[in-house]
Amino acid sequence: MTTKKMAIIATKGTLDMAYPPFILASTAAALGYEVQIFFTFYGLQLLRKDLSDVMISPLANPAMPMPIPMPVMVQMLPGMESMATMMMKNKLKKHGVASLEELREMCLEMDVKFIACQMTVDLFEFDKKEFIEPVEYGGASMFFGFAGETDICLFV
Amino acid sequence: MNFNKEFDASGMSCPLPIVKTKKALVDMESGQVLKIIATDCGAVKDMQAFANQTGNTLLSNTEEGGKYIFFMQKK
Repeated sequence: MTTKKMAIIATKGTLDMAYPPFILASTAAALGYEVQIFFTFYGLQLLRKDLSDVMISPLANPAMPMPIPMPVMVQMLPGMESMATMMMKNKLKKHGVASLEELREMCLEMDVKFIACQMTVDLFEFDKKEFIEPVEYGGASMFFGFAGETDICLFV
Repeated sequence: MNFNKEFDASGMSCPLPIVKTKKALVDMESGQVLKIIATDCGAVKDMQAFANQTGNTLLSNTEEGGKYIFFMQKK
């Protein structure tokens, strides 16, 4: 049986959009897939050692279920983002959903390969020392070398 | 049913039961049986799909008082 492969392009750096790449990658790895995630633009935030800046905002996110309806004017108030993030993290914990840190660690344990887009690392002036290891740095061509041979390729 | 190792995934949500089942199987030998306990109802279909795709055998799949019990034989 040849090994199946999956590639994911992670472009978002909010708490809600951080979960799908790590959940799908760890699951695929558990099923025996060889997996690579290409982190670009805001997705690079997911490679930082400290994930406390990965937050969720109810603002411009009308599909987010809220305990009480909240007017946009209220969503704009200072502190709302931290509050929404705290509430979401509590909800995730209550439902037995792993933390991002835990899922990311499991991906690495199962040999999921993380690739950071060199261009956007430079563009946003990220300090590589802030990123976890192991992370490889490369561009789109390098990623396509793997992605072109995958069974599943997702853009998140 | 006899089993060689037990993994309790009670309270865990997707994808933890599957990912940690995979990890629990790593240091087991071919033919040995892993008992898995889960409370996430999504695990029922996921565990069957995991077995189908990895070649391990799901020997049984039962529910007891809100808990799902699986016996997985390593290939």
